[in-house]
This record gives sequence, structure tokens and C-alpha cells, in this order.
Amino acid sequence: MNLNYLDFEQPIAVLEGKIEELQLVGNDNDLNITEEIAKLREKSTKLTESIYAQLTPWQVVQVARHPHRPYSSDYIKRLFTDWDELHGDRHFGDDHAIIGGVGRLDGKPVMVIGEEKGRSVNDKVYRNFGMPKPEGYRKALRLMEMAERFKMPVLTLIDTPGAYPGIDSEERGISEAIAQNLAVMSRLRTPIICTVIGEGSSGGALAIGVGDQLNMLQYSTYFVISPEGCANIIWKTVAKAPQAAEAMGVTSKSLEDLGIVDETIPEPLGGAHRDIETMAASLRGRLVDQLDRLSGEPIDQLLERRYKRLMSYGN
Amino acid sequence: MSWLERIVPSAVRSDGARSKSKVPEGLWKKCVKCSAVLYRPELERNLDVCPKCDHHMRIGARTRLNIFLDEANREELAADVEPIDRLKFKDVKKYKERLNTAQKTTGEKDALVAMKGELKGMPVVAVAFEFAFHGGSMGYAVGERFTRAATVALEQNIPLVCFSATGGARMQEALISLMQMAKTSAVIERLKMQGTPYISIMTDPVYGGVSASLALLGDINAAEPNARAGFAGPNIIEQTIRQKLPKGFQRSEFLLEHGAIDMIVHRRDMRDKMAGLLSKFTHRPAV
Repeated sequence: MNLNYLDFEQPIAVLEGKIEELQLVGNDNDLNITEEIAKLREKSTKLTESIYAQLTPWQVVQVARHPHRPYSSDYIKRLFTDWDELHGDRHFGDDHAIIGGVGRLDGKPVMVIGEEKGRSVNDKVYRNFGMPKPEGYRKALRLMEMAERFKMPVLTLIDTPGAYPGIDSEERGISEAIAQNLAVMSRLRTPIICTVIGEGSSGGALAIGVGDQLNMLQYSTYFVISPEGCANIIWKTVAKAPQAAEAMGVTSKSLEDLGIVDETIPEPLGGAHRDIETMAASLRGRLVDQLDRLSGEPIDQLLERRYKRLMSYGN
Repeated sequence: MSWLERIVPSAVRSDGARSKSKVPEGLWKKCVKCSAVLYRPELERNLDVCPKCDHHMRIGARTRLNIFLDEANREELAADVEPIDRLKFKDVKKYKERLNTAQKTTGEKDALVAMKGELKGMPVVAVAFEFAFHGGSMGYAVGERFTRAATVALEQNIPLVCFSATGGARMQEALISLMQMAKTSAVIERLKMQGTPYISIMTDPVYGGVSASLALLGDINAAEPNARAGFAGPNIIEQTIRQKLPKGFQRSEFLLEHGAIDMIVHRRDMRDKMAGLLSKFTHRPAV
């Protein structure tokens, strides 16, 4: 089994393996195998297209959590120029599960807040696997309020398995930290665009997810409780996670149908990790467009629309 | 029956089985904490607080509002808001069936009751969670009723008081439930900006999405004694950190110690305490 591919992608892995072998042969042989490789490539693309055309919600969750999936830091590098990271909540510490800072998008200053899972083992530990503690959300709040003062739009990138469930989190008031962000984001006098880039898990995601525009990348996921958690409660086993994912409707498509998500941003074939550059470029393009539109709107009108939208959830 | 048995109060008689057969069902209730067998009418007079160990038992939303508000001038708000099964959610059972069962057993449409009324003559809007309805979980109907009640408070500039008792967001309504957190927090923020007081009182238990939104956003946050409240449930935390949790973790006393709440209020003092606070916040004479 090729670990770069998910279990349902293994047929693609087999084809890609063959292509690789042929390329090696081609290097020390006169035989013309270019044609053969091209054929296999086409086959592989078709296979990927057909697999990705009918992903189940649970498979989407797996793509959203793919170990190679681009994280906030990967997008920050590619989307923004003149980047300065800012640290700390000014009360307790600096939470590495949330990256915040100022940069320029298309030349204009923006405040960026993104949840970061971490790639290598060491990095994952440093980032607490993308599970923010109260100080992370309070850092985010500090930066958002600063953005309001300096008239910068706020762009958030959501990717977390959830707020950290630990003793220290509870002692320092994780509930209050999340709640406070929801309250303040509902009235922050600057445009806010939120994008789920990977996994949007519950309150830990929503805590940087209230705004004027909610985007989801095509194979990202957003849920009130993880499919595993839901399955554990209902069926008493995590093995039923696929059914739970199905029942909750955790994909951008389902959430667009419910009127919660505004826009799905298409991913390259086989997911964002197959072509980070293309993904970053199209995300950048969408954010520039959306920001243009939102920045043109009078702020009071924008806030009234944001509030009305919040009030309409579930109606 | 011997002469001795005849003079011993019925509550402590040993021949429970014999005397039980003579009394109507449900006249006795066992305290879950100290196991004392309590005479129900007396327990109710004591506001469902165990007279032996002071344990605050769970009470329904209507009972809660009944013992909190003045008797006169009550009016239920947003009673027409009913749950909607937008996802046609089905696991081992249909969500619709679960709703029907909960509606039958509690007599409520969903897990929140909202009223406009008076507290010692002061107008207030008060809402209470019904824990017996689907674990007091917040889906559309709870979020919408809370929001409509809060909007009445906002428009008429009357204080809002909330008694929460909930396991958190309702997963059968998936992301719609999650968004109720944002919705309720937004209307509370408007109360705050306007200077209309909002008091949140946590009663056993308050967890998850409700804790991480409306329950911790009060101008005053309070809790009943020994109530459990937190973001993540103790089991989840134990599984994550692989340690036993300290004694008293996530209890009201813990919350007070860590600065999450302003005070712990005994149920019998609730009306006096809240009326006293609200009279100061609204610049009325002392009550």
C-alpha cells in the first residue's frame, strides 16, 4: 500500500507506480515508451476523475485530513507578501496552533488568522496538532480588534480537529474564549472572510469562523462533532464514522444546500495536495475578488447584512 | 406494627416495602447524592434541593421559571417556534421519532422555554433550558427561541436572565446547531453594546456548544452550587490526556476559583440575589 494515497485511491497509486517504473526503464533503454507513459497518464487521470466524482462524505473527510494537505502556513507563504507574524495574547502565552499576522493581499494590508496542524512529528507537537487553547483564541481576538482599529480586513483559515480538550484549557476558560470571539466577530467593523481549508471541527473552528463570507475548499469538511465522536455517541463505536459523516452532511455541497456556506472553491484533481500552487493561486483569486466586493460596501450595511445572516441560521 | 414503628417518622421507617404499598406512586424521591428518601411535597417546598445534603436536583424549565418569576404578568415568548428536521437525520432511529418521544415525555416542543415576566416587580425576560428534552441540547428551535426572547429584551431594554442546563449542541441538526452558537452570541453582543443587562446562570450540567456561547457571555455569570460546567466532557478530557481528573474539576467552585463566574447562588436565594443585582444595574431602588 502506498501511504501517499488514501485507501480508496490505491488503484491510482498502482497506475502511478507503473508510470514511475516505465520512466526508469526509459532512462537506460532505447525503446520508445513515451507513448505508453502518455497512455497510462491519461488512464490515471480518468481514474482519478471517476473516483473523485463520487466521493462519499467520509472519503471527503479523509482527503480533508490528508497528511500532505496544505496547511495555513503553506497558503500564507503563497498568498501574502510583506508578511509579519504577530505573537501572543498579552495575558498568558503564545499559542502555536493559531498563526496570526499582517501581510498584503494584492498589495493591500490584511490581517490573517489561521489554524495550523503541523507537518512533521515535532512540528505537530509544537502546533498541538492544530488544537488551540484559550490563549490561541484570545490572540486571534486581539489581532481582530487591532484589524478593526487599523481598518484592515480579516481573513481566517480554518483547519482544526477542535479546541484542545484538556485541564489547562478548562482552567483558563476555553468556553469563554470561544464565546467571546463569536460575539465580537458578529460586530467587528471590518470585512471578515472565513475559509475552511481542511477540517472545520465544531466550536474550535467557529471561533474564527463568523464573518461576511464563508468559503470551503472543495474537499474540506465542517461539522458540529467529528464523525467519530458522533458515531461513538450513537452507535457506541467509531467504526460507524462513515455513516455519521453521511447523516450529518459534512461536505461543502451539503452545507451550501443548507445556505450556511457561500462558496465552494474548486480543488485540483485529486485534492489540494496534488497541486498546491494551483490551489493557492485560485484561493488567492477568490479572496481578492471577494474582498474587492466587500470593501466596496458601506460598513454599516455590511454589519447589518452580517447580523441578519446570523439571525437567519436554521430558518 | 409495634408502638415504636408507629412513632418513628415515616421517612426513616425500615419497612419501606410495606409502607410503599400504601402510598401513591411517586410520593417519594431518593436523593441521588446522599440517598436520603425524601417526601416529595416537602422536597418541592424546598425547591427540589435535598434538605439533608443540600444537593440541587435538576428541575424542568417551567418549574424553574415558575419559582423564579413573580406570579403575575407572565407571558410565554416564541412558543410557536418548533424544531425542524432539515437534514432528515437518521441513525438507529429517525430524529423525527426522537423529537416526538421527547415532546411526549416532557410536554415541551423543544429544550428551551422563554417568558417575559417580572422579578419582584421589575420587568425581565427569562429563559430556561429543559434538560429532560434531548439533554437540553441546542438546535434551531433552542437558538431561535433564545434569540427571539433576547430580541424582546433588546427592543424593550429589559434585562435578560438565562438558566442553562444542557449537554451542548444537538448533533442531529449538525452545522445548523453550530451556527446557533454564533446567532445567540451575536444578539447577546447587541444587548451588551446597548447596556441591557444579561445574566447567565448555569445549572447542572452545562457543556459544549452552549457553554462556548450564550452561557459564558453574561455581564454576570453565576452557577448553582456543585453544578458541572465546561467545554469538553470529563470523559473526552481523560481520553485525551490519559490522566485522572482532579476532584471537583469543572464544578461551580472550580469555575469560581478560576475566574469564569462571579458567584455561586443557592436556589433558595436566587430571586433575592438576581433582583438585587438587576435593581442596581438598572438604577432602581433597592428591592
